[in-house]
Amino acid sequence: MSWLIALITAAVVTGAPLLFGTVGEILSEKSGNLNLGVEGMMFMGGAVGLGAAFYYEKAVGAAASGPLAVLLAILAAFVAGALGALIYAFLTITLRANQNVTGLALAIFGTGVGQYIGELMRVKEGGFVAVSNELKTYFQNSPFPKALQDIPVVGGLVFSYNVFVYLGIIVAVLMGLYLNRTRSGLYLRAVGESPATADAAGINVGRYKYLSTIIGGGISAVGGMVYIMTTAGCVWNHEGLSGEGWLAVALVIFCLWSPYRALWGSVLFGGLMILYLRLVLPFFPTQLYKILPYVVTVIVLILTSMRNNREKQPPASLGLAYFREER
Amino acid sequence: MHTSEHKTPLIRLAKREQMSPAAQWGIRIAAILLALVVGGLVIAISGSNPIAGYKTIVVGSLGKTSAFRQTVKNFIPLLGTALAIAPCFKMRFWNIGAEGQITAGAMCATYFALFWADQLPKVPLLLVMFVAGAIGGGLWALIPAFFKAKWGTNETLFTLMMNYIIIGFVKYLQGGPWEKMPRGSQQIAQFDSNACLPKVGGVYCGWIIVLILVFLMFWYMKYTKQGYEIAVVGESENTARYAGMNVPFIIMRTMFISGAISGVVGFMLASGANNTLYDGVAAGVGFTAITVAWLAQLNPFAMVGISAILAILEKGADSLQTEMQVPASISDIITGVLLFFMLGCEFFINYRLIFAGSGKKQENKKEVGA
Repeated sequence: MSWLIALITAAVVTGAPLLFGTVGEILSEKSGNLNLGVEGMMFMGGAVGLGAAFYYEKAVGAAASGPLAVLLAILAAFVAGALGALIYAFLTITLRANQNVTGLALAIFGTGVGQYIGELMRVKEGGFVAVSNELKTYFQNSPFPKALQDIPVVGGLVFSYNVFVYLGIIVAVLMGLYLNRTRSGLYLRAVGESPATADAAGINVGRYKYLSTIIGGGISAVGGMVYIMTTAGCVWNHEGLSGEGWLAVALVIFCLWSPYRALWGSVLFGGLMILYLRLVLPFFPTQLYKILPYVVTVIVLILTSMRNNREKQPPASLGLAYFREER
Repeated sequence: MHTSEHKTPLIRLAKREQMSPAAQWGIRIAAILLALVVGGLVIAISGSNPIAGYKTIVVGSLGKTSAFRQTVKNFIPLLGTALAIAPCFKMRFWNIGAEGQITAGAMCATYFALFWADQLPKVPLLLVMFVAGAIGGGLWALIPAFFKAKWGTNETLFTLMMNYIIIGFVKYLQGGPWEKMPRGSQQIAQFDSNACLPKVGGVYCGWIIVLILVFLMFWYMKYTKQGYEIAVVGESENTARYAGMNVPFIIMRTMFISGAISGVVGFMLASGANNTLYDGVAAGVGFTAITVAWLAQLNPFAMVGISAILAILEKGADSLQTEMQVPASISDIITGVLLFFMLGCEFFINYRLIFAGSGKKQENKKEVGA
């Protein structure tokens, strides 16, 4: 039992960066923009977010306030990702460049920028960029009082996580409410399904696409920061967060473009990422656990296309540029 | 009249008539120069002189024989994979799984390098590896093509996922069944010399193969019936169907060919460049090559030039790191900026902007022109 609880809590923590990456990408894809640059934006968010916390602490010294550092890291990562997404949005929406190619270019550019900033900080600061242990606790420990965390079972399962897990859940739920329960969300989905129809109905297609891509990129980038500050231990290492962004793209498909499903999907994917540490099966090599998220995603993709359930399809205009003049 | 004038937007777009090729390339070269200026700014931010930086890139990639060879080594897989992707993109089949198809091809070729090297002489062995690489990459590409043809499964997302499945599998082979003895290194043994591609001019002979492939692909896309079918399916699937073409079959055949070429690139990387197999054998080439193919307008000859630029940047950035302490990841940034500018400039080739204020002038000009 305690083994299972430990596995679930670890899965939730590992899944939190994915949750941000996925929810941001869902917002972007719901507007019809398939932004394959998630990996790049998450890299940028990771490096810039770490930098923000690090330089804030360096400037203020021991007086550094933990909550403020967390807030700064979130803001910096969001802005970095939003800027990356802005490039993508300008190229694909205004200049009508091919979305796949632009997304891949952003992935290359963003990983480059992330690595570059990370390396530059490392060289400038004498080979090591890490926030103090004092400050780390604000990023990695539970914000709830010890008494709540000590409740058997429930304490571990509900109150033991770092602040980003709770924030991620809030963002995902708000995103779900926005997409499914508000007029603006309905318009956004209309833009993603059929931009020409939405345009004819008087919806400003360009504005919806721009805003959702940029905000979505910002949210995804926060996931990169969360990865660096929690899973990677508040240090920039050379590997960065290789693969996390692509996994987020997979998770978007797995949860069929629903932020609610992303909640448990991210826990499942997070669990599969760490399962090799905790569960050894005699008939299945542990190294293969890491490809399971992609395998199940492919299966989901195939099943949805075969069953042709209209509720569970990709947004109809996903990946296509909208040419008003060429209707 | 007056009311309608108020409603004209500030900037309108109109599709251009075909621009002259010289003007097209003028715009593209201007975009490249602008991108290099922005890249220079990035070099300046890290505290180095941009001009000295670019000089280091050029000298570091082309100046010495050994550096030039390394640049060619970067160039081979990039061009080969861009050629592989061209027919898919022509068909508007967004195959972004070249990364995985390279890895699958490399894996199949490696099987023969590891377990058949002592039973076959060099030339037959290399031929078998070549064919194994092609079939491996082709089959890996055929899976998403089959589902696309049969049920319309989204190929962009499918091919993307296939990358990480095969890369993860190779990682497993590397640390498991194919790990070299004694265990613990998480590496596959170096190939027997029989299984390594011979060198021509100091670089493994893959460069000859890809250069031949440039002509073959140009011919295939432009002068064969299959190339024509690909173009028709890309323009309009309905037209192709009315013309009696077997669209699902064309999709699967094209993807098999594309995957097979990527697989051959994988074979060349394993056998020629690395003399072994590891999970990072494709190292992002599959993704960069997509941008190469697209920027070249799917023209095989233009791909040669664009691959060369990116290969020079990649090698030059290594020199930049060792000589001027600029992180080598700057090559990714400059590559990205270059791609952004070149993607953006296509817009100005295809459209012209009409400003609201200059509307009358434009109209007059048209009349004069007519």
